Amino acid sequence: MENMDKPLTKNIRPDRVFATLADYESTGGYQGLRKAVTQLQPKDVQQWVKDAGLRGRGGAGFGTGLKWSMVPVDDDSSQTRYLIANADEMEPGTFKDRLLMEQDPHQLIEGIIIAAYAVQASIAYIFLRSEYHLAALRLETALRGARAKGYLGEHILNSEFSLEIHLHTSAGRYICGEETALLNALEGKRATPRAKPPFAVVSGLWGRPTVINNVETLCNVPHILNYGVEWYRGLSMGADQGTKLFGASGRIKHPGLWELPMGVPIREIIEEHAGGMQDGYKLRGFLPGGASTDFLLPEHLDVVMDYEAVAKAGSRMGTGTMIILDDRTCPVQMVLNLEQFFAQESCGWCTPCRDGLPWTVTLLKDIIAGRGRLEDLDILSGLTRMLGPGNTFCALAPGAMEPLQSALKYFRKDFERYIAEDNAVVESA
Amino acid sequence: MARIEIDGQSYDVQDGDNLLSSCLSLGLDLPYFCWHPAMGSAGACRQCAIIQYKDAEDQRGRLVMACMTPVKEAMRISIDAEQARQFRSDNIELLMTNHPHDCPVCEEGGECHLQDMTVMTGHTFRRYRGRKRTHNNQNLGPFINHEMNRCIACYRCVRFYDEYAGGKDLQVLGMHNNVYFGRFEDGALENEFSGNLVEVCPTGVFTDKTFSARYTRKWDLQTAPSICIHCSLGCNTAPGERYGELRRIINRYHGEINGYFLCDRGRFGYGFVNSQKRIVMPGIKGQTETTAEIAENHFRNLLKYAKSVIGIGSPRASLEANFALRSLVGEANFFLGLEDAEHTLLNAIVEILFNGGIRSPSLRETEQADAVLIMGEDVTHSAPRLALSLRQAVRNASFDMAHKMHIPLWQDAAIRQLGPIRSPLFIASICSTRLDDVATGTYQGSPDDIARFGFAIAHCLDESAAEPVDLSEDEKSLARSIAKALKQAQRPLIVSGTSCLSVAVIQAAYNVAKALPAQDKQLTFTLPECNSLGLAIMNGRPLQQAFDSINDGLADTVVILENDLYRRASHQSVDGFLEKAAHVVVIDNLENQTVGRAELVLPAATFAESEGTLVNNEGRAQRYFPVYPAADPIRGSWQWLTRLENSQWRHHHALTAACASAFPYLAAIVHAAPQTDNIIKGSKIPRQPHRYSGRTAMHANIKVSEPGQPQDMETPFAFSMEGAMAHVQPALLPVIWAPGWNSNQAINKFQQETGGHLRDGDAGARLIKPSGSHLPWFGHIPPAFEPEPGLWRIMSLPHIFGSEELSLQSTPLAERLPDLCVLLNPQDAESLGVDPGDPIEICDPARNFLLKFPVNIEKTLPRGLLGITAGRPEFQPLKFLDQVTLNKANPEQQPNSEAPL
Ligand SMILES: Cc1cc2nc3c(=O)[nH]c(=O)nc-3n(C[C@H](O)[C@H](O)[C@H](O)COP(=O)(O)O)c2cc1C
Ligand code: SF4
Ligand code: SF4
Ligand code: SF4
Ligand code: FES
Repeated sequence: MENMDKPLTKNIRPDRVFATLADYESTGGYQGLRKAVTQLQPKDVQQWVKDAGLRGRGGAGFGTGLKWSMVPVDDDSSQTRYLIANADEMEPGTFKDRLLMEQDPHQLIEGIIIAAYAVQASIAYIFLRSEYHLAALRLETALRGARAKGYLGEHILNSEFSLEIHLHTSAGRYICGEETALLNALEGKRATPRAKPPFAVVSGLWGRPTVINNVETLCNVPHILNYGVEWYRGLSMGADQGTKLFGASGRIKHPGLWELPMGVPIREIIEEHAGGMQDGYKLRGFLPGGASTDFLLPEHLDVVMDYEAVAKAGSRMGTGTMIILDDRTCPVQMVLNLEQFFAQESCGWCTPCRDGLPWTVTLLKDIIAGRGRLEDLDILSGLTRMLGPGNTFCALAPGAMEPLQSALKYFRKDFERYIAEDNAVVESA
Repeated sequence: MARIEIDGQSYDVQDGDNLLSSCLSLGLDLPYFCWHPAMGSAGACRQCAIIQYKDAEDQRGRLVMACMTPVKEAMRISIDAEQARQFRSDNIELLMTNHPHDCPVCEEGGECHLQDMTVMTGHTFRRYRGRKRTHNNQNLGPFINHEMNRCIACYRCVRFYDEYAGGKDLQVLGMHNNVYFGRFEDGALENEFSGNLVEVCPTGVFTDKTFSARYTRKWDLQTAPSICIHCSLGCNTAPGERYGELRRIINRYHGEINGYFLCDRGRFGYGFVNSQKRIVMPGIKGQTETTAEIAENHFRNLLKYAKSVIGIGSPRASLEANFALRSLVGEANFFLGLEDAEHTLLNAIVEILFNGGIRSPSLRETEQADAVLIMGEDVTHSAPRLALSLRQAVRNASFDMAHKMHIPLWQDAAIRQLGPIRSPLFIASICSTRLDDVATGTYQGSPDDIARFGFAIAHCLDESAAEPVDLSEDEKSLARSIAKALKQAQRPLIVSGTSCLSVAVIQAAYNVAKALPAQDKQLTFTLPECNSLGLAIMNGRPLQQAFDSINDGLADTVVILENDLYRRASHQSVDGFLEKAAHVVVIDNLENQTVGRAELVLPAATFAESEGTLVNNEGRAQRYFPVYPAADPIRGSWQWLTRLENSQWRHHHALTAACASAFPYLAAIVHAAPQTDNIIKGSKIPRQPHRYSGRTAMHANIKVSEPGQPQDMETPFAFSMEGAMAHVQPALLPVIWAPGWNSNQAINKFQQETGGHLRDGDAGARLIKPSGSHLPWFGHIPPAFEPEPGLWRIMSLPHIFGSEELSLQSTPLAERLPDLCVLLNPQDAESLGVDPGDPIEICDPARNFLLKFPVNIEKTLPRGLLGITAGRPEFQPLKFLDQVTLNKANPEQQPNSEAPL
């Protein structure tokens, strides 16, 4: 058993030939499932995952075991419960789930089956980003293989437990990744989020208890079951448990993804794994957890990748895939680029997001085009508060405001320069 | 009840409610858009933001949406906190980034919720300098304008249209700030409740197209409390007038009946009031010019010299007008003016309602039903607003489920997400109905079969009820399952009515209701016209006997009140009757065939220009008031009938009182409107808003000096801006308005709680107090219907736009009439060799040609039946025939509707 410190990617080969069922089985695949359905009660599985300290990798970091335990137990169990793997992954700069699904699809499938067992779901969906054609192909193949070997379907491994997994390819919208919008989309409705409460674990898909987990979250589960809680808790370097796929994009030498222990310093990711900045570029800042997290500065390089540590530094761990801002890229234009994405992807349900994001875009464009006014910066920071957490119906808009609010804080001079220069400057980068 | 603290003040509010609704119920101002008292919270607009504090110490608090936050004992909140105020004002600023601000040319202006809320938040200054997004507008048919640029995306329209009213053709399309509320393509909105969009939409996107044609600001309209006269439910309306013309009708909130919503017939059917066919002058046959005085004299003389006078009343005239006629001609000479079948039906219904011991519910009560059986009605067409209520009643099962899951009832989306969990609704009808989409089970059959089916259900519930023989196994098992569902219900409701023209159906409905074990069971009937029940209570004689008394020479003069007899009996019999009568006096408001045959025609005011009392299907007496004075010499029918010297009644209220004492069942009608004696004597309620403009000049083109305001001697209202609005009972308010609240949503200020009863009570007097005792079982079960080869039975099927007499005369509705065609079962069509659209000749059993119409195939129509649109004049020759024969017509010849009569 080599690569015990990289459970998620141990089957991922440099040549990008994907892991077949046999490959997966040869490194302990489906052993976790066997243990779960033959030796453990669903409640035990929940407890294992709770004890392992696994937190959701979809962005919010919610305790996975805790989420599972919120599925009502007194609920009429003759009726369907659902488990959903959130594979929508449309956050700009984030591409971790893609790698997991394309290279080692069985890992996700096993994770889904164990999770479904833990919450006694009988139907599971993989809600897949529409552009992930290769992942779709490989997941379909893997699902067939798993069915053929009795890992999936009726009486899994001769146990009482049965599960069907459906692959659903999304029609393609960022908001579909928001778990309740995802539910609406799956039901064939408009992908607008739902009010919470009621939470999906109580009333989700078609009003039934539904657990939604990120792909990467689920990929952790087989290993926790197979190698145990102790082992899992030994993986991390910091306060949170396990390993995680960390990624980096931007003007670094080796953009990519690396499975590293939780609690790894950001400096190590950027300087060692990503090989540092490309020649001639200097690091100006970075979005540590993807497009909807606050900028951090070079001074934060020694912050470690833990939910709390990153939050303390003023940002979020998010999806753990960072976007690097170099000294020759204009932060205002970078923020404009992001806000255009978010404005485009707003579902249109609530006022601050629907009408606030386009205004943000207009203001940024005005500023860049030399039509900006100093008071526009006040409007922008007003908007970052207006669209803040709790004020909007879902977390899209608050996420969208994070790069903007931190850019206004850290790169205010860049904004002011455009305004002062009183002409349509489109320079830099 | 829970005690909460709002801005330092302590209040008692309803447990389980949301904070927005609580604040509004307390009379506090808090702006909102997406929440609607009937549709609950959506959380979309983010306008109702307030601050919620954790505890007594918390100084900062947290911004929350009031509409999404449940009331909790001892909670502390602030509406006034600066942070909340700022947020609400900023939110308006955002809504306004794309809003055209074209208030001066916007028909919402002056009653615009967006204007009101904008002013309420204090947002005044525009900082947005970008371009506004624009949309294309659609042609949505004759009722509704579409001006999408004004949309603030509150989602109310689709939540009402799709979710509340079950419409299929209005969607939200697109996304981000390009969301679009419309149809896939241009075309008339199909749902029968589309008109409510005008009031549901807080902006000028959806406005009343019929009003646009003759637009007037709300503040320039003269208004009075009124009752819809287009069906038997008695929804409350607020008609508006300017320059002697009825301009529009909007909803007038009634906590027991219509709530916030009207149907499209009620809202858009008013055009007859302004019609070219209005009788505006008295007419005496053979005389070219007649004045009111001459006509009155003529009337007086006719009555004086007549051998004997009979009177024919009307189900679309008020109790008072009917009573005045009955008093004029004497009890023995008063005929109800109903076709005989209907007369019998209404008598049966009166007997059941008053002596059957089962409560007839208000619409609000029907919405509480947890199991419903409809027998013989397509409710959407025969009593439209009831269908909207039944659509809500089927949700009760999901409300129970929500309750179990601790989801509050106002969290509407969460409840709908539970899936299609429905309370049982069963529909037995002649063919498919517009409520079938939410029905648990349906049954189609001839009226006799529907009755038999009902008797079977009753027998399943209670073995002592009569049992029909020879039911098919399918029928039996469906009857059993319906009986089972009804038996389990706590508040079961049976709905039937007169559409089948079958006493057996009504009796079967009673048997089912009687057999139900539940305490809170209810039985309701839909009736043909607005005062059908009131007239039936008056106990007059059937129409055929009126014909007999003239034909037999017992009487020679007839006074016909607001009744086109050609709709009531066959052409030949009416012709014969009117020819035989020496003198025919007709009091009516529109020209019709009967009017054409009269010697003396007296122009009658419509509901909009007159007062009266109507009894709705629930047995609730309600008063309507003139919106504007009838143009001289038009008078209220009751006035024509009481102006004669021998009349005992100078005033309407005296007539009402006399009517009440003449009929024990009508004793309560004096309370049909809130007590107003003091107001009548003292200072009156103004019909014109305090901002009414142009009063001194509006008639200057006719006469420069300002004419005196017309006096109203009959009602508590004045045709004026002057008067006292304070202390007026909400049920009597002509216009719903409160400071800062110019739209109809001001109704919040006049309810006991949002969406609840009006302060000081909803109007109307219930005449029926169910006695403890029941009627005996009905046991007359008709034999099963067997189609006779070559013969078809006529089925008159009501249609919301095609059937009712007065709305048929209203232009916008004409565009929505159903196609002129007859319905056939597919096998019948095949046996006749006709395809959809082929013309077919309809002949009487003796094979005399009557009419020719294209055929439409209706899968669900049983064999042997021929469906026609009830009340449509084109089909009149068929109405009084039992059976017809059919022939495939030569398709070369154009189908026509001309009958050789
Ligand atoms: C706008 C928006 C987009 C999101 N997109 C994704 C996504 O693509 N994949 C994902 O796993 N979670 C996404 N999330 C987070 C999910 O709502 C949810 O928290 C997550 O799937 C829960 O899984 P976890 O507990 O395993 O992290 C998104 C959230 C928001 C607000
Ligand atoms: S914040 Fe509001 S408009 Fe934006 S995506 Fe979420 S619900 Fe939709
Ligand atoms: S919708 Fe209201 S605010 Fe908008 S233009 Fe019309 S009246 Fe003015
Ligand atoms: S059209 Fe009217 S009701 Fe519909 S979303 Fe727009 S503003 Fe709201
Ligand atoms: S009324 Fe509360 S969010 Fe719209």
